[in-house]
Amino acid sequence: MTYTASEMMTIAAARALRNDDVCFVGIGLPSAACNVARLTHAPGVTLIYESGAIATRPRVLPLSIGDGELCETALTTVSVPEMFRYWLQGGRITVGFLGGAQVDRYGNLNSTVIGSYRRPTVRLPGAGGATEIAASCGRVFIVMRHHPRAFVPRLDFVTTLGHGPTGRERRALGIPTAGPVLLVTDLCIFEPDPETNEFLVAAVHPGVTCREVREHTGWSVRFAAEVRETEPPAAGELEVLRELQARTARAHGTAAAE
Amino acid sequence: MGSFRKLSEAIASLVHDGDSVALEGFTHLIPFAAGHEIIRQRRRGLTLIRMTPDLLYDQMIGAGCARKLVFSWGGNPGVGSLHRFRDAVEKQWPAPLELEEHSHAAMANAYTAGAAGMPCAIFRGYQGVDLPSVNSNIRFLACPFTGESLASVPALRPDVAVIHAQKADRQGNVLLEGIVGVQKEAVLAARRSLVTVEEVVDDFGPRSPNAVILPSWVLTAVVLAPGGARPSYAQGYYARDNSFYVAWDAIAKDRAGFQAWIDEHVLGRAELPA
Repeated sequence: MTYTASEMMTIAAARALRNDDVCFVGIGLPSAACNVARLTHAPGVTLIYESGAIATRPRVLPLSIGDGELCETALTTVSVPEMFRYWLQGGRITVGFLGGAQVDRYGNLNSTVIGSYRRPTVRLPGAGGATEIAASCGRVFIVMRHHPRAFVPRLDFVTTLGHGPTGRERRALGIPTAGPVLLVTDLCIFEPDPETNEFLVAAVHPGVTCREVREHTGWSVRFAAEVRETEPPAAGELEVLRELQARTARAHGTAAAE
Repeated sequence: MGSFRKLSEAIASLVHDGDSVALEGFTHLIPFAAGHEIIRQRRRGLTLIRMTPDLLYDQMIGAGCARKLVFSWGGNPGVGSLHRFRDAVEKQWPAPLELEEHSHAAMANAYTAGAAGMPCAIFRGYQGVDLPSVNSNIRFLACPFTGESLASVPALRPDVAVIHAQKADRQGNVLLEGIVGVQKEAVLAARRSLVTVEEVVDDFGPRSPNAVILPSWVLTAVVLAPGGARPSYAQGYYARDNSFYVAWDAIAKDRAGFQAWIDEHVLGRAELPA
């Protein structure tokens, strides 16, 4: 069965979630991956959106973080202050699933500006929930399209702390949670070096060469001692993803169905 | 005591040039009708406060209402940029826009502190990131019991909170449900408040004893404005017009297209008939 690089990315990201995870879901790519996980190997996963929806089971992917679909299919919906205070800061969430505009080799994320803060070339949306999601969730998964302008040696702005600008700051601050443990792209899967926290290429997707990964990464990318090949999408995984996207496209156009 | 008024009268008496105004709604129940009336009455110099300044604040910024924005996420959800917001920040059009930028956790805590009558909010956040270096309202203090370094931001106390809700009863009490966001906190934190509603009912009828109800005596004005949250949604009344959110990207991309839209759909149109 043929598949696209984008489908491989979403399915590889979905596989990282466990059935007993409680996951704080970012909008866009993370939302697609989390719902594929719920509809395949992890039917028991608890999905939480920052709009307040707890244990939601949307039939279609939401366009926004607060679509009515999320509330209608949730176990309960709490206020936004309660979500951030009791559920996130309270330490009840095992995985934060994030995207971003820029990532560096230590999993720090920028979603604030390209260029300087006062005179930005591009003003991006900003932090949203990401800053505290990355600090308070047990571990952080990142999913992003692989592009040299997005995978940069140095962020223009640290919106969200990964392991810190040199990989050591998170530990030095005494933040008890693990931080970024996984970065999935449309080319490969990164996992942090246990010593330095630098993201190393742990697996490449079928048909992708190490050279392509190098060319798409803005920093001098390093590879794990043994690089695996990602298991290609199974027919069942692809079917679930495509049906979800088709339902989503019927519900509100193709923009939300990526 | 919340009194029933016409939208134009309520905006005229509650929202003044230079006020700090929070039109809240977390994707759901966004008070578009009220925001459009603020644009029509050509308010200027406002400090706009909102966690998620989406299309409504893009319109108010592009229309020249705002001097400053206090916010935590300024995008078109699931679509991309807010072009009028970006134009104001990147090119100072139609006017420079001062930013006070936070994270969602900080804004949610700051509204809660405002509602609770506290001077500031204290929470665990902002560690190791750059926002504190560009926002002097983000500070750190040590927990007096454990010594842990905690983040603090001033309480939000808007001059006016504006929200949209499903129902008011004849006494002017207001019920909202679904994704309730920070609206209760915003109303209780504000000096004055305006609530637009889908309908006015004799009685709220059967409901959970824990339903979110704002008693009339914490509200300043209640306005009947059916459809007042469109193109966002009102749970139980109408769905989010996702196609409009997608279409907004092209409408707002350039200044002329935006102005033509505002002229036709906001300035050239009287308030919705109540």
